[in-house]
Amino acid sequence: MSQTTAPASQAQPDVLAVAARRRLRFPAALRNPLAVTGTAIIVVWLVLALLAPMISPADPLAQNFDRLQPPSAAHWFGTDQLGRDVLARVLDGARVSIILPLLLVVSSLLVGTIAGSIAGYFGKVADEVIMRIADLVFAFPTIILAMVIAASLGPSLTNAVIAMLIVSWPAYARVTRSLVVVASRSEYVVAGRLLGNSPFTSLGKDILPNIIAPVVVLATLDVGTAILLLAGLSFLGLGAVPPTPDWGAMVSDGVQNFSSWWISVFPGLAILTVVLAFNFLGDALRDGLDPRTADAVKGRAL
Amino acid sequence: MTSLLELDSVKVSYRVAGKPRLVAVDDVSLSLGTRQVLGLVGESGCGKSTLARAICGLEGLDSGSITFDGTPVKRLGMRTRDRKLLRIQMVFQNPYASLNPRRTIGKQIEDGLRVNPDRTAWTVPDLLAHVELDASARSRFPHQFSGGQRQRIAIARAIASGPDLLVGDEPIASLDASLQARVAGLMRNLALETGASLLFISHDLSVVRVIADDVAVMSKGKIVERGDVNEVWSNPQQPYTQQLLSAIPKVDGLGILPG
Repeated sequence: MSQTTAPASQAQPDVLAVAARRRLRFPAALRNPLAVTGTAIIVVWLVLALLAPMISPADPLAQNFDRLQPPSAAHWFGTDQLGRDVLARVLDGARVSIILPLLLVVSSLLVGTIAGSIAGYFGKVADEVIMRIADLVFAFPTIILAMVIAASLGPSLTNAVIAMLIVSWPAYARVTRSLVVVASRSEYVVAGRLLGNSPFTSLGKDILPNIIAPVVVLATLDVGTAILLLAGLSFLGLGAVPPTPDWGAMVSDGVQNFSSWWISVFPGLAILTVVLAFNFLGDALRDGLDPRTADAVKGRAL
Repeated sequence: MTSLLELDSVKVSYRVAGKPRLVAVDDVSLSLGTRQVLGLVGESGCGKSTLARAICGLEGLDSGSITFDGTPVKRLGMRTRDRKLLRIQMVFQNPYASLNPRRTIGKQIEDGLRVNPDRTAWTVPDLLAHVELDASARSRFPHQFSGGQRQRIAIARAIASGPDLLVGDEPIASLDASLQARVAGLMRNLALETGASLLFISHDLSVVRVIADDVAVMSKGKIVERGDVNEVWSNPQQPYTQQLLSAIPKVDGLGILPG
């Protein structure tokens, strides 16, 4: 009797451990419908971008077809004004149009958050210097300043990203600074300092976890803006150099051929899905990262 | 009695836009021995909290000096706190703001344990038991606790660091009446048990009377009277103290409202 029960009680924790391991693979915060949808769309796009050369119906650069054909069985998304397959270009464009803006948003999030939190926490000289530089950038229209920087560095995708980074970090610095200023007066921050936290430990342990949610949400909303900004630079010949496919540049092309709606609608839809997916993910992250709402999120978890 | 904390004509003032500087603490001299519980009472705005913050190094002094166990207390500013001064810890007034909402209770108490010179003095479950909380509390977040529980967690965190001086800045002011005496008594017991002194700031004289050995009465930035709590209670010397004592509501059926 005791022999038969003993293995059963040993087996039970194992089953639970396996279940726990399986659950750990995908954090509970991200298991709500919105986050799953967002992640799924992003994953699909990343896979498509990766496999683009293999699954593409045609060479995205080849001008082999009749110009301005509407969508048909042969060309699902139609052809553009130079006789290139729009579907092939959308697939290939994912490489530039998703990865570069993503890289840009992540790097401006990092630069802006670090600069903003130093300005907000240390105040005085650090605050004045960092925020005046930020104001300097804010003083110019974003696209004009990005143009000037990109033009002076020379047209290439790398330079376009550097130019966009320079114009986009101040927004994060601004938001982070104001949140840090408020949070650094909280009693838990003071209590942490009284327990011997250095200013940087205090920033990392007590302040940033409490203020990062709105900044992350801002970043996910900014992915769309970044795609469009890169498109703008590409349109001016300062980003993706033609004929490299880029969604933004394709939308711009479509504007010139207004009657051929398919040229701009399909890359536009591609931008829409990516931006929407990141917004879903951002919302889910915000709720999931906050322990006060995390329980409610887990309640809805799939 | 050797003196643990020595305040010598401390003056603290604030800049007020468009007005002359507001002197919050004016020429206060005070000394506190080891294992002594001092109650600091006074009406709102008399400078009690500013004095507490100055003792913790959170306010700069205009003049005078604060010495803790031979070490001068300087303004903390943006430096890491002097190791010796880590022996002064503070419990804040608002229990809803004094715990980091993003970290578990256990982690926050461990922050205190990390600076305790005697690393084996406490464990987290020990401390939670001492503040009458369940050991399962360690993996929970602050929002899952009530105000009184949070205040006890804040006390546990302060005690975890093994302080020689515990400063309570109106720690019971935002708790409901039934909890006030309990939390105050808990602070006194924990402080004395660990060999620390307690500076207990409150405007609730009846609680101070129960837990303090000595009482200092503060008015308009100055200390007007200081002495043994029972003596001050039964025979107040200063008119302000008399006024303050007579403002304690009495259960006399006459329905006199204080102040």
